[in-house]
Amino acid sequence: MSALVAPLRRWPGQQPFLFLLLAAAAWFGLYQTLMPASEALVAALPVERDSHFGGALQFFFYDTPKVLLLLTGIVFVMGMINSYFTPERTRAMLAGRTEGVANVMAASLGIVTPFCSCSAVPLFIGFVQAGVPLGVTFSFLISAPMVNEVALTLLFAMFGWKVAFLYLGLGLSVAIVSGWVIGRLKMEAYLEDWVRNMPHTAAAVREDRLSLGERLDAGFASVREIVGKVWPYILGGIAIGAGIHGFVPADFMASFMGKDVWWAVPLAVVIGVPMYTNAAGVIPIVQALLAKGAALGTVLAFMMSVIALSLPEMIILRKVLKIRLIATFVGVVATGILIVGYVFNAVL
Amino acid sequence: MKEIKVLGTGCANCRTTIALIEQVAQANGVAVALQKVEELRDIMGYGVMSTPGVVIDGKVVHAGGVPSRDKIEQWLAAA
Repeated sequence: MSALVAPLRRWPGQQPFLFLLLAAAAWFGLYQTLMPASEALVAALPVERDSHFGGALQFFFYDTPKVLLLLTGIVFVMGMINSYFTPERTRAMLAGRTEGVANVMAASLGIVTPFCSCSAVPLFIGFVQAGVPLGVTFSFLISAPMVNEVALTLLFAMFGWKVAFLYLGLGLSVAIVSGWVIGRLKMEAYLEDWVRNMPHTAAAVREDRLSLGERLDAGFASVREIVGKVWPYILGGIAIGAGIHGFVPADFMASFMGKDVWWAVPLAVVIGVPMYTNAAGVIPIVQALLAKGAALGTVLAFMMSVIALSLPEMIILRKVLKIRLIATFVGVVATGILIVGYVFNAVL
Repeated sequence: MKEIKVLGTGCANCRTTIALIEQVAQANGVAVALQKVEELRDIMGYGVMSTPGVVIDGKVVHAGGVPSRDKIEQWLAAA
């Protein structure tokens, strides 16, 4: 058995182009068959297709593979793209730049640079040490966890491309503007002393040229890591969605998370801070809130607050930042999210 | 005897990395001295920004993510 599996496992690395081509074709083929397959599956079950339960089942059978397929495809591609943007290279691109344009660059690079919240602090120090301005560093740190492929894919798959694009645009804006404001406030004195006193090092790029085959491996690795971790949340989200889809939605959230409740947005942000989860973890909640009549701006503000502002992260950041800088960071980002929530509710 | 240090602030990936290196070393019968470096200042001293990082005999060979089994075998094989 293993003699058979081993060459199969190695061939994508040996013929990466062929593999990518075949994988893309298989992916699109699968995607096209989802709708008929889900209908056929429901038809084969002893439930009435036109009943609420039948509708809910069809939605579940269609949405689950759709979301997982989209996520796997995008995470794989992003895993390969990520391998071009190591944190070291990103840092070298940002070092020594002046603010403004650099904030925009940092926020955008935050999307494509691989980021794990456990290395937020080393990254922070590494950036500052190499002469990346403080505000620019913050733009990167705000954007990296908040605007990422998992959040965008899930928003796209469940709520459509408009919501996904709005989230992308607004998330980037919050990161750019917050970082710029923090830079203007000249808070360098509120770094912990040992960080400020560290010798400045030149931003060296660790050059390892990867072959396409090795980038494929990076894609596989990120699928294993990310999709392997988030699928239970996604199932939960879709199950909630399916339940609501089949059975008429109640508007019970509308009374206190609807558009015309002015305090809903700040409340959503405040509730979001102590909650700590990744983009995939909030999606089920977002799904439930939206379906129950909560306003989109309020819900997006909640989602951003959960991901971008978290208590555990602040505790880790305390090792390198003094309280005043952390408070400023939270204040500026929270204000940005508030504005996003209000603007959204007003426009839509 | 190789001196291997794993840099990381104690996240799940760092523990996985240590366990994996131990496993590969044992499987290949290579004697290693494994050490965890968790103090942030020391990690930054190596110029590593993304953890876990791996240092072998004083040289950074890897940063960011759990290294693959193949990679570890290469490190251990290179005398």
